[in-house]
Amino acid sequence: MSKHVLLVEDEPNIIEAVSFLLSRDGWSVSTHSNGHDAADVIRAKQPDVLVLDVMLPGRSGFDILEDIRSEGVCRDVPVLMLTARGQTKDRERAERLGATRFMTKPFSNAEIIETLHELSGS
Amino acid sequence: MNLLIFVSLGYVMVLFIVAFAAERAAQAGRGKWLRSPMIYTLSLSIYCTAWTFYGAVGFAVRSGLEFVTIYLGPSLVMFGWWWTLRKLVRIGRTQRITSIADLISARFGKSNLLAVGLTLLAVAGTTPYIALQLQSVTQSYAVFARASQGGTGEINQTVTALWIAVGLAFFTILFGTRKLDVNERHDGVVMAIAVEAVVKLVALLAVGVFVVWGISGGIAPMLEKIDASEIGAWEVSGGRWAGLTFLSAAAFICLPRMFHVMVVESDDERHLRTASWAFPAYLMLMSLFVLPIAVTGLDLLPKGSNPDMFVLTVPLSQGQNGLAMLSFLGGFSSATSMVIVATIALSTMVSNHIVMPIWLSITGGGVSVSGDVRYVVLLARRLSIGAIVMLAYFYFQLSGGGSALAAMGLVSFVGVAQALPVMIGGIFWRGATRIGALCGLGIGFAIWTYALFLPSLGNGLVLSDTLLSNGPWGLAWLAPQALFGIKGLDPILHCLFWSMLFNSAAFVLVSLCTFPAPMERLQGAQFVNVFQQAQPRRGWSRGAAQSEDLMIMSQRILGARDAQALFEKEARRQGVQGILPDPSPEFLDVLERKLSGSVGAATAHAMIGQIAGGASVSVDDLLAVADETAQIMEYSSKLEAQSFELTRTAEQLRHVNEKLTQLSVQKDGFISQISHELRTPMTSIRAFSEILRDSDDMAATDKARYAGIIHSETLRLTRLLDDLLDLAVLEAGRVSLNLSQKSLSEVIESAVSSAGITSDTDLVVTQKGSGRDIVLTTDVDRLSQVFINVISNARKYCTADIPTLLIKAFEENGRVTVDFIDNGSGIAADMRSVIFEKFSRVGETQAGGAGLGLAICREIMHRLDGEISYLPGQGGGAFRVRFPAELEKIQQDV
Repeated sequence: MSKHVLLVEDEPNIIEAVSFLLSRDGWSVSTHSNGHDAADVIRAKQPDVLVLDVMLPGRSGFDILEDIRSEGVCRDVPVLMLTARGQTKDRERAERLGATRFMTKPFSNAEIIETLHELSGS
Repeated sequence: MNLLIFVSLGYVMVLFIVAFAAERAAQAGRGKWLRSPMIYTLSLSIYCTAWTFYGAVGFAVRSGLEFVTIYLGPSLVMFGWWWTLRKLVRIGRTQRITSIADLISARFGKSNLLAVGLTLLAVAGTTPYIALQLQSVTQSYAVFARASQGGTGEINQTVTALWIAVGLAFFTILFGTRKLDVNERHDGVVMAIAVEAVVKLVALLAVGVFVVWGISGGIAPMLEKIDASEIGAWEVSGGRWAGLTFLSAAAFICLPRMFHVMVVESDDERHLRTASWAFPAYLMLMSLFVLPIAVTGLDLLPKGSNPDMFVLTVPLSQGQNGLAMLSFLGGFSSATSMVIVATIALSTMVSNHIVMPIWLSITGGGVSVSGDVRYVVLLARRLSIGAIVMLAYFYFQLSGGGSALAAMGLVSFVGVAQALPVMIGGIFWRGATRIGALCGLGIGFAIWTYALFLPSLGNGLVLSDTLLSNGPWGLAWLAPQALFGIKGLDPILHCLFWSMLFNSAAFVLVSLCTFPAPMERLQGAQFVNVFQQAQPRRGWSRGAAQSEDLMIMSQRILGARDAQALFEKEARRQGVQGILPDPSPEFLDVLERKLSGSVGAATAHAMIGQIAGGASVSVDDLLAVADETAQIMEYSSKLEAQSFELTRTAEQLRHVNEKLTQLSVQKDGFISQISHELRTPMTSIRAFSEILRDSDDMAATDKARYAGIIHSETLRLTRLLDDLLDLAVLEAGRVSLNLSQKSLSEVIESAVSSAGITSDTDLVVTQKGSGRDIVLTTDVDRLSQVFINVISNARKYCTADIPTLLIKAFEENGRVTVDFIDNGSGIAADMRSVIFEKFSRVGETQAGGAGLGLAICREIMHRLDGEISYLPGQGGGAFRVRFPAELEKIQQDV
């Protein structure tokens, strides 16, 4: 059975690229593109791995991470955070809030697939 | 001839003996009678100089009854102004005033500058007058010599004058500078002057009696003669009378010699009460026979005889040699008494205000007042007397001894009268200030020098004839004797009017505009309110000093340890048991010096005086304390100002620091934003390019699609970079505007089509408004850029079913307004303030922009001297763009 990955990202082109890559690699991919209700969607879908962008319309990736880590079914889900800002303090903040991994855009396709495998334990 | 010299010398000898006896009597304490009101009144008679004695008759011959004004002024002062004189005398006594220069300088905070100025004024004003006395004596001597030698021999006037000058200087030095303190008074001199006053009155009366009863045969025939002569028919000019009376009154108060006998030599201010009627009476007697002598002289003597010598020549012509001798002695008395007192007064000023300050500054300030200083002061005074008399002698020679000298009396009067406003103002008006006094005196003195003194030296001597008649540089209104075009006035009155006017005006106005120093303020109060004060002058004397009190005070000032150490050391030195030394003068001196290091000399002196003296601190001490306090206050107010300045600078620094911090935060945010905007498209590009690279088995449609995405993301990056650069240039103000002309409707049309709006696009654009025909002079391309941006935004964000954009344009007062109103949902109120900031986006939709468009628009409109703003309440999204129809050229360089 294929692993389920949820991609929370607002940039359509990136959604398309990452979906394409992961589907081809055998993942079951679902996406969500705004921050408002992202936490609820995550809890509802209970993905095996979560890919979370920082700059999202409505609510930032950090807030969403803090939310799901604090309560509910997804407290322990592995999270890969993506950010386009790439500043050290963002990385530190992500680690403090419980992100499993942190990657700065742009990333290489191989790297993201490898990291997701690692996180899902497959 | 020899008889004359013999009589003169004998007369001088008598005066010597009188003066010497008076001094002796005063020293022996038997001099009470020397200080009677009558002696005081007689000493005032030095007002009547040889010029009055001889010259009054000449005056009467030339100008009729006008000579009376010379007596009228002083009489009016004595009658009507005795309370002013009393105030002067009281101030002079309480303040130990030594001269008129001292009075005014003391009143204005002991200003040395004022003292020096007044001294120079006094010397300049008095020297001609002394010269006049020399001339009178020399002339009268010559008249006698001619008469005794049958009119053939001419004596050498220069040599005579020199001998007279030397003799006068000698007499003055002998009696005027025997004692140091001017305030100890010159009993001998005053007594000699009183005797001379009697002699000149008796002489003039004797000549008068002889003329009336001996020549004319009684009063009635005399009056007839006067009526018949032209003098009796002389016209009287009111203006001249008033002017001359005022002048002689002013001079009576201000003349240094008058001030000397009236104030400095005064023993008791009650003497003024007697003098107020006795002196006018004396003057009346002096003037009684002036007209008869003048008329008789004109009658008896040949035409062209010098009327100034009638008092002498009338008796001589009648063979009355004895009477003529008495008359000569009268004139001689008038001259000598004036010269003696005037030189004493002047030498006091010169030595006190000029020589001594210089000597003290050269020798380092006489810390130890020894006999040396006393000697120096006396020497300075003696030399000053010699110098002043010699100056007058040279002046006499320079002026040629001509008849011009007679006019010198009035010239001098005008000069010394310049001190009147400052003196009267100083004793009655507390608001008078030093600067005001300096300005008033300076201007008055300058006008007197220019308009009267220099011209009086004779045409061509200092001022050329052309200058006198046409003014300097051809400026007629500056001609010395016709200032401001006032011509035809007597030079004396002309100068008196202008100098007193400007003098008083400058004194009052400048005083009103300046503030007195503390010392001035206190002195002013003492002078003006002199009658409200008890006699304050007392020094402190030691005696009941309490060493313990001194100790307590010293501890407070020096600190306990230092004070105890000092007291112990002094006690040891005195050989006294314990730590308290005896309050000996030496110890008090040491202590005072020590304390003055901490609290200032004056304060230290006053404090020790308070304890050691048991009581009274002199007014000078208090004034000095006040002055020191004022300095400290000034210092602390300076400190206050500095600390205020510091606080303000700190505030400014804090402000700048805050601004820098804010800028730094903004910059961080900006870089972070740019990073995001650049990395996002790059992520897509990298991902898709890797997909394309790694996938061989991809469908051609997918390949084309992915390549398309890469392409559009590249364009997005380029656009972003363009916008960033554009914004950077606009914000740095380095943009150069390209002005051109184009009609507003053309600009709008081209913007609409550049924004990609065609008839088949989904945005419907309509236009209205009256302003579309306006021809703009501005940077049309930049303006168009703004329009395109706003139209594109409408196209992107308008969410209506049938998106419509209304463009309204109108013009008012040279400013054009263009509104862009769509029918969408508009911008939420909380977002309206941020939409013009960089990287701000509205809504959650991605429309391909980085959020720089409106920021750029704002910068452009700023460059075009206009603005862009959100226009609320239009039912949809609405922007208003306003700008001047014609951008001024200047704007280009901003």
